[in-house]
Amino acid sequence: MLKFIARRLGIMILTAFVLTFVVFFLTNLPPNLEKLARSEGSVRMTDEAVAQWIIDNGHGGSVLGRYGQWLGVAPGWQNVDEKGVARGRCFAAGTDPTVAPTHCGVLQGNWGYSTFFRGPVLQNLGEKLAATGILMLWVMIVMVPSALIIGVVAGMREGSRTDRVLSTFSIATTATPEYVSGVILVALLASPVTGLSPILAKWGWIDGKILFQGAATAGNITFWSFALPVLTIALYGIGYIARMTRASMTEVMTAQYIRTARLKGVGFREVVMRHALRNALIAPFTVIMLQFPWLLNGVVIVETLFNYKGFGWTLVQAAGNNDINLLLGCSVVAVFVVLVTQLISDIGYVFLNPRIRLS
Amino acid sequence: MDDNLSYLAILGRIIAQFLPVWIALIATFAVSITYKRRLGLYGKLFDSPVGMIGFAIVMFWVFTALMADQIITFDPYAQFSGMKNKPLGTVLAKAADGDYSHFLLGGDHLARDVFSRMVMGARSVLSIAPAATMFAFMVGITLGVPAGYIGGRLDTGLSFLANLVLAFPVILLFYLLVTPEIVNHKMMFFSAFLSPEAELACKAKDSVTAGTLACFGLSIPTMMAATLFIFPIIFLSVLLNARFFTNPMRRNLYVGGVLVIGLWAYSGLAFNADPLGVWSMEPNLLNVFVSVVFVNAPTVFRIVRGIVMDLKSRDYVAAGQTRGEGSWYIMLWEILPNARGPLIVDFCLRIGYTTILLGTLGFFGLGVAPDSPDWGSTIDDGRKTLNMFPHAAVVPALALMSLVLGLNLLADGLREESLRD
Amino acid sequence: MTDTAKDSGWDPSQPILEIDHLSISFFTRLREIPAVMDFSCKVMAGEAMGLVGESGCGKSTVALAVMRELGKTGKIVAGTIKFKGRDLTHMGQDELQTIRGSEIAMIYQEPMASLNPAMKIGAQLAEVPMIHSGMSKDDAWKLARQIVAYVRLPDPDRIINAYPHQLSGGQQQRIVIAMALMAKPALLILDEPTTALDVTVEAGIVDLVKDLGEKYGTSMLFISHNLGLVMDVCNRICVMYSGEAVETGNVVQVFDKMRHPYTQALFRSIPLPGADKNARPLISIPGNFPLPHERPSGCNFGPRCDYFQKGRCDAADIPMDTVPVDDRHATRCLRWQEIDWDAPPAKREVKVKAPVGRVVLKMEDLKKYYAISSGAFGGGAKKVVKANETLSFEAREGETLAIVGESGCGKSTFAKVLMGLETATSGSIMLFDENVQSTPIQKRNVDTVSSVQMVFQNPFDTLNPSMTVGRQIIRALEIFKHGKSDADRQARMLELLDLVKLPRAFADRMPRQLSGGQKQRVGIARAFAGGAKVVVADEPVSALDVSVQAAVTDLLMDIQRENRTTLLFISHDLSIVRYLSDRVMVMYLGHVVEMGTTDQVFSPPYHPYTEALLSAVPIADTKVIRKRIVLDGDIPSAVNPPPGCPFQTRCRWKSQVTPAGLCDREMPPVQVLEGGHQIKCHLSAEVFASMEPVIKIAAE
Repeated sequence: MLKFIARRLGIMILTAFVLTFVVFFLTNLPPNLEKLARSEGSVRMTDEAVAQWIIDNGHGGSVLGRYGQWLGVAPGWQNVDEKGVARGRCFAAGTDPTVAPTHCGVLQGNWGYSTFFRGPVLQNLGEKLAATGILMLWVMIVMVPSALIIGVVAGMREGSRTDRVLSTFSIATTATPEYVSGVILVALLASPVTGLSPILAKWGWIDGKILFQGAATAGNITFWSFALPVLTIALYGIGYIARMTRASMTEVMTAQYIRTARLKGVGFREVVMRHALRNALIAPFTVIMLQFPWLLNGVVIVETLFNYKGFGWTLVQAAGNNDINLLLGCSVVAVFVVLVTQLISDIGYVFLNPRIRLS
Repeated sequence: MDDNLSYLAILGRIIAQFLPVWIALIATFAVSITYKRRLGLYGKLFDSPVGMIGFAIVMFWVFTALMADQIITFDPYAQFSGMKNKPLGTVLAKAADGDYSHFLLGGDHLARDVFSRMVMGARSVLSIAPAATMFAFMVGITLGVPAGYIGGRLDTGLSFLANLVLAFPVILLFYLLVTPEIVNHKMMFFSAFLSPEAELACKAKDSVTAGTLACFGLSIPTMMAATLFIFPIIFLSVLLNARFFTNPMRRNLYVGGVLVIGLWAYSGLAFNADPLGVWSMEPNLLNVFVSVVFVNAPTVFRIVRGIVMDLKSRDYVAAGQTRGEGSWYIMLWEILPNARGPLIVDFCLRIGYTTILLGTLGFFGLGVAPDSPDWGSTIDDGRKTLNMFPHAAVVPALALMSLVLGLNLLADGLREESLRD
Repeated sequence: MTDTAKDSGWDPSQPILEIDHLSISFFTRLREIPAVMDFSCKVMAGEAMGLVGESGCGKSTVALAVMRELGKTGKIVAGTIKFKGRDLTHMGQDELQTIRGSEIAMIYQEPMASLNPAMKIGAQLAEVPMIHSGMSKDDAWKLARQIVAYVRLPDPDRIINAYPHQLSGGQQQRIVIAMALMAKPALLILDEPTTALDVTVEAGIVDLVKDLGEKYGTSMLFISHNLGLVMDVCNRICVMYSGEAVETGNVVQVFDKMRHPYTQALFRSIPLPGADKNARPLISIPGNFPLPHERPSGCNFGPRCDYFQKGRCDAADIPMDTVPVDDRHATRCLRWQEIDWDAPPAKREVKVKAPVGRVVLKMEDLKKYYAISSGAFGGGAKKVVKANETLSFEAREGETLAIVGESGCGKSTFAKVLMGLETATSGSIMLFDENVQSTPIQKRNVDTVSSVQMVFQNPFDTLNPSMTVGRQIIRALEIFKHGKSDADRQARMLELLDLVKLPRAFADRMPRQLSGGQKQRVGIARAFAGGAKVVVADEPVSALDVSVQAAVTDLLMDIQRENRTTLLFISHDLSIVRYLSDRVMVMYLGHVVEMGTTDQVFSPPYHPYTEALLSAVPIADTKVIRKRIVLDGDIPSAVNPPPGCPFQTRCRWKSQVTPAGLCDREMPPVQVLEGGHQIKCHLSAEVFASMEPVIKIAAE
């Protein structure tokens, strides 16, 4: 077991290195650097000046070397510009390079300076992640139980009316990406001109013009502002997980050991609760965990749509504003989240399944 | 005549506008149901209500895409003064002769006809999604079948690569691959790994030295296209060679044909260097296409690999081995045809997923022209005025949703029917 | 509740189960498919009723109907099922629940699938008394432990805390039986309980089942396709054909004095001791089993029956007719009184045994080891599985060599090595004077490949489901470089279809349109496409129904005789081996434990394993007296073979070996007895000489 986890961890770390390198490579291509030079320096720089700026600011040299510095396994760059000011990766311009640490990369906790936030990446990213964390927490609270219940109820009596209604609902939600459901939900519930809000306002049931808020801010979370973003992300996942659960449940319900249980005289309730449920939930568990990369997607869309300043919003801003360090930071977080959930999914699968655990 | 239309009238007019689609749909269904017993799995689809509904929705959009020119009421790119953000069924303000009288589904923030843009959007989505999915399947199959059948190091390596791509959050990947800087940037193979200054120097030099190997460059999408587009050619060549190597004459004819046509198309699509100029792809489109294939292929790879690992223990595979068949014949002719059921189902689902991905790209304004009528970017345009004029975003949103729903239902119907016997 | 139900004033002299004119249909979207028609039978207290028939005859459906477990599509359309006088067909779900598991219990074919993989054995067992008699959890677990001990499982304390996958197949089946016994049911339904198990393991289960019938007086409904097994377990039998009971009665009477043509045909098609492929060949039943929606009018067996009379047998449905004098014996035949039941079968041409020619295949000291990594998660110490150990034998032209053994004995590995799908670890394989042991199939030339071919076990798996039959044969011809043009190969393909007695129209069929036996014939045609000289037949008929087995076996024999092919017949079924083979090789855990001519192997002296194997095979003949030797435990895993002699853990002769403990330490030598009969055993010649035959045919 330990060996298994160690192996998985090894592969995970390798994957993390490869992925961060790819991101580093793609974000540090010459055109990006050129753009950075012109936005940080001056728009009217000559080509030569741009090249000089790139070298002066430590973006020269081979990609591998720069990646090593960013990671913190290679010593940070140092040089002296034409004005005689000492510049380096690990200290502010003009301070004494000798007292500064030699290595300062991601591993040392130095995630660089964000040109978009005008501040350190790590701190800003942390705040935004916290905001997203709250969003995700609510998404999970809404999504997982409802999806599992829908799946189990639909799957325990395959072909029944309940099954058909719930299955149709699940298919419909998986066909509705976040940018579609978000738009529809806003139009229905948060628009002063269409959907429910004008009717409710006319009847005097709501005070303002709209029922739900069409935007959310991290500092001011209320049910009315948070329901739509949470629902938007959760809907897609609900359908997907519910379908997986249903498939797994129907398969289990037709298994021979369920027949054995029934023919032992076990009642339907007990058959479902004691015999079917555990076996049926093994597969969806993996799915829920592997759902995280997609949830990350949903977060980006929803935060953009509802203007919620979290991790997804930050990613879009970083990419849109050529903020290399911030984008790299976002990638590290994203890759980390994905890999950790994969690991949990693998280990959890083994633990849930005695057949694998004990062999 | 000069009044704005009621909702009922709008509905009636839209239905009338889709007339060619209805005719085509009815014809398809009439023919298919008549001959359904002779049409294999496709025919059996008409035994399943769910499958039929799905098929109807999908075919509705396919026919819409094909006959979009007949259906649209206005030029989807044209702006009409006085029609900005107008609600559904508004009379066209300054109608010229021969113009359609109303904006059936209103106008958007640039005073364009929402209905016509929605119809044209179907064409732009359906011209990419199925083809991109097809390519993803070619890549996934060409790599997944040997990974599953041969296993060992090959499997470990390919699976690692696939998981690598799958661990990338899709949006991040799109942002990295589809930004204009990367698209237009010709990466200098040998200098890029050295330093940016070397590359900039390459660029600055005169064209004579820029042509040397050190400064030879390709843009990243072109490189990816060059890699991904080669797979269908490999796939078909190997497929035919495995089957016909016992008859060299025929083999040379078939494989030669595939190679000539394939490489011709390849030169045009991947490098935009078709000598005859028949095959070509707009850089923007190529970019989107390649990204979508790249994101989908690993999942297909995993599915194919799983099925092959299951099928390879069958006796007919062993029978092939004991007759001394080559591995490729067994993989492509003994195993692959028997994996077709789940693959067809997944193909339908995956077109839907690709549609969603294309929408996501459009939603973030990546890789599409700013005035493109595709559904993703129209939703993005519309959401800016979502609070006051929701129709501009809701119309394409519903269109996209219905297409994906149709594909999902179709896949469900196919799965149900293929499991039935 | 259950106690009152159990003592509901039911008179024990009345039948426990009485099925009366039962008809069951399955309803699909297209049509109603009748599965069982007009089925009647009675099971008295303490009686064991055997339900016999080929696959698709409806025997399992009857069992499930008794449990009222026909799924969504199945419905009882007529008739009644009375259990202790109460009609089950109209019973509500609640009442059924109290009966299921407590009064009627069921045992299934696939023990692994019948146990919940995520629940401990103890919990699954304890559940039964907890539901039915409200027993406390502790008491229920205690009872579970007792019953586990009763079904003769070693170390019950460990077993009740284990999960199903930690047990072997035989142990799992014992658990399923234990589960059925937890509530001491009045009626036990066993649906092919031993089909998935090895013969020697099966013998133990059969013993247990018989014992429990005697001890508790439990009535049983025993479903099987194996007539021999039914004879071992049951007192009464009901033969089913195509949804109908065709003959029912006392086992001995039905076996010795059958009064239905189908029963007779069935007995003539199974290899009993005394049958011989040349002198007394098996008689297969002509034609095919009718599909449920294509049954003929009148007698269902009519079209395949030797005694069929047009206008009479196909006129109307035929009722059951009682055979007087006999013990509740009845038959569904109009002509049973007219037929001369003692007439010998029509004389068939006696085939001359082909002379055996030169040696074509010679293996010497063949070894095949696999390195596997232990542990589920990769890594861990590498272990070596010795799949084949020092295998030496030779096979001659025109000879049939049977390779007998149970699961894990290494017979499939041996086939793979011979075919070149795997290369041997050491030793040599000489094929027509050519050394091929280290040549994988890709490197063998076309001639070698085409001359060694294989017939596979599973008919549903042997043909590619998405290619026409003709195409698959033609592909083999293409690969074997047969014929110059497509037309040549097409012609040859049609000839091959003729050879295996299939209509030429089958060339364009897809495999799913063929029955199991037909598919197997195509497999044979494909194997012989390149004029194979050595054919490895890996259990070619074990998945087929009895009546089809005979036909396919005979076909294989005929082609062999004509082509003078060497046939390596891999099987676990000793009856068929005795019937068709010239020489036999018995394998156990990768070792050849005994080898000799068929007569030598089937008569003493035996290797102790062969002896047990012979005793374990049920024989459907009342005149055969078998010595019961039931082996303890299961076949050890090939990954972890016991030290010394591989069979020592289960051997009943072990105590007779001097010095004691030799078997635990040393691999026995191969002893060559008279006539080249080889036995790998430590036993002395005197002990061998004292062995008695396992099977005796009683004098009539």
